[in-house]
Amino acid sequence: MVAHAVFFYLFSFIAIVSAIMVTVARNTVHSVFFLILDFISISCLFIMIGAEFLGMIMLIVYVGAVAVLFLFVVMMLNVAQQKNQWFASTKSSSHIPIGLLVSLIIFFELIIVVGGWKYKPDLLNSSTITISETTTNTHSLGNVLYTDYIHLFQLSGMILLVAMIGAIVLTFRERSGVKRQSYFQQISREKNDGVEVVDVKSNKGVKIDV
Amino acid sequence: MNSLYILFDEIYRILFLLIPVLVTVAMIVWLDRRVWAFVQKRRGPNVVGPFGLLQSVADALKYIFKEIIIPASSNKLIFIIAPIITMTLALIAWAVIPFSENLILADINVGILYLFAISSLGVYGIIMGGWASNSKYPFLGAIRSAAQMVSYEVSIGVIIINVLLFTGSLNLKDIVLAQQNMWFVLPLFPMFVIFFISALAETNRPPFDLPEAEAELVAGYQTEYSGMMYAMFWLGEYANILLMCAMGSVLFLGGWLPPMDIGIFSLIPAPFWFIFKILFLFILFALVKATVPRYRYDQLMKLGWKIFLPLSLIWVVLTAAYLLYFDLLPKQI
Repeated sequence: MVAHAVFFYLFSFIAIVSAIMVTVARNTVHSVFFLILDFISISCLFIMIGAEFLGMIMLIVYVGAVAVLFLFVVMMLNVAQQKNQWFASTKSSSHIPIGLLVSLIIFFELIIVVGGWKYKPDLLNSSTITISETTTNTHSLGNVLYTDYIHLFQLSGMILLVAMIGAIVLTFRERSGVKRQSYFQQISREKNDGVEVVDVKSNKGVKIDV
Repeated sequence: MNSLYILFDEIYRILFLLIPVLVTVAMIVWLDRRVWAFVQKRRGPNVVGPFGLLQSVADALKYIFKEIIIPASSNKLIFIIAPIITMTLALIAWAVIPFSENLILADINVGILYLFAISSLGVYGIIMGGWASNSKYPFLGAIRSAAQMVSYEVSIGVIIINVLLFTGSLNLKDIVLAQQNMWFVLPLFPMFVIFFISALAETNRPPFDLPEAEAELVAGYQTEYSGMMYAMFWLGEYANILLMCAMGSVLFLGGWLPPMDIGIFSLIPAPFWFIFKILFLFILFALVKATVPRYRYDQLMKLGWKIFLPLSLIWVVLTAAYLLYFDLLPKQI
């Protein structure tokens, strides 16, 4: 039990410190690395409360894919050169009020959720989910997701799909004059199409249309 | 006192797993070079020790005693952390690999997800190394590797779903035990081929070794590394390759199970079967390295996104439909 508490406080300490460091770090790439550290410690916390499926999915989706893309973009845009200055420049400090507003709203939402859960635990107990000790985490999640909440689950999938299509449509540009390569054309080239045997007379040379 | 006993017991078991893995990684480098040489009608490393078996030891000694050079303009902390991360991630994944029914360090419920998560984290060592070097070639290598590994992870994930449809469990032991009647390589043979090729891409092996393409990028993300730090990248890479072979044999080749339930086969202990399968897959890896020319980058991306991903998705639908139609879906435990 002591070990459990020690690890809980260790992981939550790392999570909070790295979350603060995400905003404080002067180098944007360092911010992304701290974000990754934050994700990893959060997924450790998930695993500690027995939600191993959520913890692993967190690792795979956020750390393995989303954060890689963040890093990719941050490195490619070369924002690493423009240093993050927290309160120093007028340009970045103009974002602070909006940021504070958003975080305040999120904070109150969290208070409402946690408070409601604390004082009225049976508020959301409309579904007939029974948590049994023998089934694994993944099984029980699947049992709920694909039965009671199938419509919401499919809907969230559709929203993601629409977002993906939107992103592709927004960034897609038809560029003219770009050389494209088609495997079928390349492979199906015959000897006659590419090679021409020319009879060259001595000291005359030959003109070939390319 | 009791907890101290548990602690030492765990440390003993971890060392009992890690030291053989590290020794195997060193030997497998020798095997790789030997197979590569034999395909090209060369001798390969054959001077140090019998058959050149001690070549890796000699190499390791050389790396240890070389100077570690840290470039002046590099980001020093991340530069040093990068090879450590590669090495650590390649080793911690071995915790869930089942060598036999009882020989597992950590028999966790979500074993296959753990393996998948760790292998997808492996990209960070490379990106961090490439970025922290603060130099053009390593950076290009890192960017290439990030895109490549993210792309091929997707198809590996979908292939894992194919296997999970047959087993109904994320536990690696259950996945192996579900193959007692038939190894999954038979019903899922196309997926095995795609998994093998994706594993090549995921571990940056030829023909997908664009992150370290020596003709264009010197040595890719490893360009600025020297001495032991370079060796750690290299060991981590080979440990990852072995891990992918182990994953392939757990998912498709029946893990520690013998090919048939006949007396002669069961004379050989279960872990040896598993090691045979890993070695078989590794020799396939080495043969591919020796024979196939390097892909172009756009071909690599096209292969991952336009061929492997749709094919494995279609196969998921087919597998699910087949299992549903013949009522073969695994019942809930």
